[in-house]
Amino acid sequence: MKPIDLPPGATGTQIQAMEFAYEHSADQAAPVPVRHPVVIVGAGPVGLSLAIDLAQRGQKVLLLDNDNRLSTGSRAICFAKRTLEIWDRLGVGERCVNKGVSWNVGRVFLGDEQVYQFDLLPEAGHSRPAFVNLQQYYAEAYLLERASALPNIEVRWKNAVAALRTIADSEGGGVLLGVDTPDGRYELIADYLAACDGGRSSVRTLMGLESKGRIFKDRFLIADVKMAVDFPAERWFWFDPPFHRNQSVLLHRQPDGVWRIDFQLGWDADPEEEKKLERITPRVNAMMRQALGREVPFELEWGSVYTFVCLRMDHFRHGRVLFAGDSAHGVSPFGARGANSGVQDAENLAWKLDLVLKGRAGEALLDSYGAEREYAADENLLNSTRATDFITPKSEISKLFRNSVLELASEYAFARRIVNSGRLSVPATLSHSTLNTPDRDVFQGKVVPGASACDAPLTLAGSDSWLMQHLGQGFDLLVYGESMPDAVSACPVNKLLVVPCDAVPQPQSGVVVLHDHTGTFARRYDARPGSAWLLRPDQHVCARWRKVDAADVASALDRACARDAEPALAKD
Amino acid sequence: MSFTTEPNIASPDEFYEALIDAHRDLSIEQSHELNAKIVLLLANHVGELGVLKAVLSAARSNTLA
Repeated sequence: MKPIDLPPGATGTQIQAMEFAYEHSADQAAPVPVRHPVVIVGAGPVGLSLAIDLAQRGQKVLLLDNDNRLSTGSRAICFAKRTLEIWDRLGVGERCVNKGVSWNVGRVFLGDEQVYQFDLLPEAGHSRPAFVNLQQYYAEAYLLERASALPNIEVRWKNAVAALRTIADSEGGGVLLGVDTPDGRYELIADYLAACDGGRSSVRTLMGLESKGRIFKDRFLIADVKMAVDFPAERWFWFDPPFHRNQSVLLHRQPDGVWRIDFQLGWDADPEEEKKLERITPRVNAMMRQALGREVPFELEWGSVYTFVCLRMDHFRHGRVLFAGDSAHGVSPFGARGANSGVQDAENLAWKLDLVLKGRAGEALLDSYGAEREYAADENLLNSTRATDFITPKSEISKLFRNSVLELASEYAFARRIVNSGRLSVPATLSHSTLNTPDRDVFQGKVVPGASACDAPLTLAGSDSWLMQHLGQGFDLLVYGESMPDAVSACPVNKLLVVPCDAVPQPQSGVVVLHDHTGTFARRYDARPGSAWLLRPDQHVCARWRKVDAADVASALDRACARDAEPALAKD
Repeated sequence: MSFTTEPNIASPDEFYEALIDAHRDLSIEQSHELNAKIVLLLANHVGELGVLKAVLSAARSNTLA
């Protein structure tokens, strides 16, 4: 595909106006449908992340998008630390952080009184903040620019999947797609198809599958307004503020002087009327009179009215078709669990699909994609449902308890812990995954098998660095001690040695030698000399030992690639 | 998880009087609010989720009986 270079300092308006040319592809004139190893449907944050990850692993990727533009409106705006770490690996994390508004602090108000304040990243020693706020179109633009620089990704705009048929394995396997373009329909075959085509997934519909769950009877208005005000970069959430009685309001800062204001409207609100400027203006003015004592001029960037849903497909894997992101699961936005969980779906899928395509793992590894991400989706849905029940009480008594919690919260610490304005996205800990090697030794701390790696400040040859920066594309073996044990020198993994605070790091060939100069790594990982951790390509811990040898690593690698999978275990 | 349903309040009459007294001069809405706050404060005092769930279940069964 043609490299896409964003103009330096491209504005949100310019980015949203960018159009990408439809090009006639040779596939459209082919006498028989052309076969592709991986076809991704949907060039949003999830599809683009998956495409880049697979391409970085050497896979050839075809990405189909039914449109030829990036996201219109800011949409997803909160990108979590874990997403930034994934995007660091994909080459766009730094840009997102530089452009985004970093924040860690949230405040909750009842009426005009603060009842609760939280800090999502209360400890130092992480390379990335808890969250950055960034309009979705910027994130997509950076991802697309990165994707366009990779020679093995092809994006076809205005290519809409309109027909789909599974090909029996006896006839070569895969999925036959009918794709509509401005030049009419053509067919192609995908060995594997990743449906990253959003909440109204056409792939899901064509397969006759459903995403099921709850729809909450309430409506919310998103007003993204551009105005010159000086609120801090924090998440402010009001229950029952004087400027919007009996409802909730959320205020959040985005880049370019844009503010996300989210007004709860109630079920009876008319969605078409409420997103009109003349209806939004008095709401914003009332808020500013309260907050600043005056009205401020503003421009409406984007207005949208939405309803909460909590939905998921029963299974994310259907043979050669894998669902990721909103196509597989939908959550209410308070909690930033939509795009963030979708990007984690993509990273979970990328390395597994890569190993299967290279013949180094079997179908059982793809089953683990479904099992692990269905579990993560359930965790997100549970958190999302609980927050929704607090924000939108469904009965008089539910509202009575909610308001009682809020009133107690200003006086009593225990009630502040119950206040729920959205528990913000953290990666799921896949403790029950069959890919984990159960602990043989005793460890303390949160970095258990199934958890994503925890960052720590380290030095490399005397220069400040971060653990996450040294994790590779493949499996990493992390050993804490003064030297890498000879027993593991031949293991087919990236090797990192973390040298204890009080020892002096010595270079070692074939090993990245890092120094735990502050002792933070040792604390977070409960490390003792000789302790070792095996990290999957998606940076999740899959095994750990107090003392490790080559046989331990080999067996943990087999297990993490589901090469030892017994069917009974794999289905668990 | 079990919780005690055997008599545990040393002066039941005094407790009951205090409970009713806490509601004195309140409207029915205020009384509901007071009850909700009592539930929340006591729940935090108990702390143990298993006990709390058992209490919720016992109260619900008794209400539906």
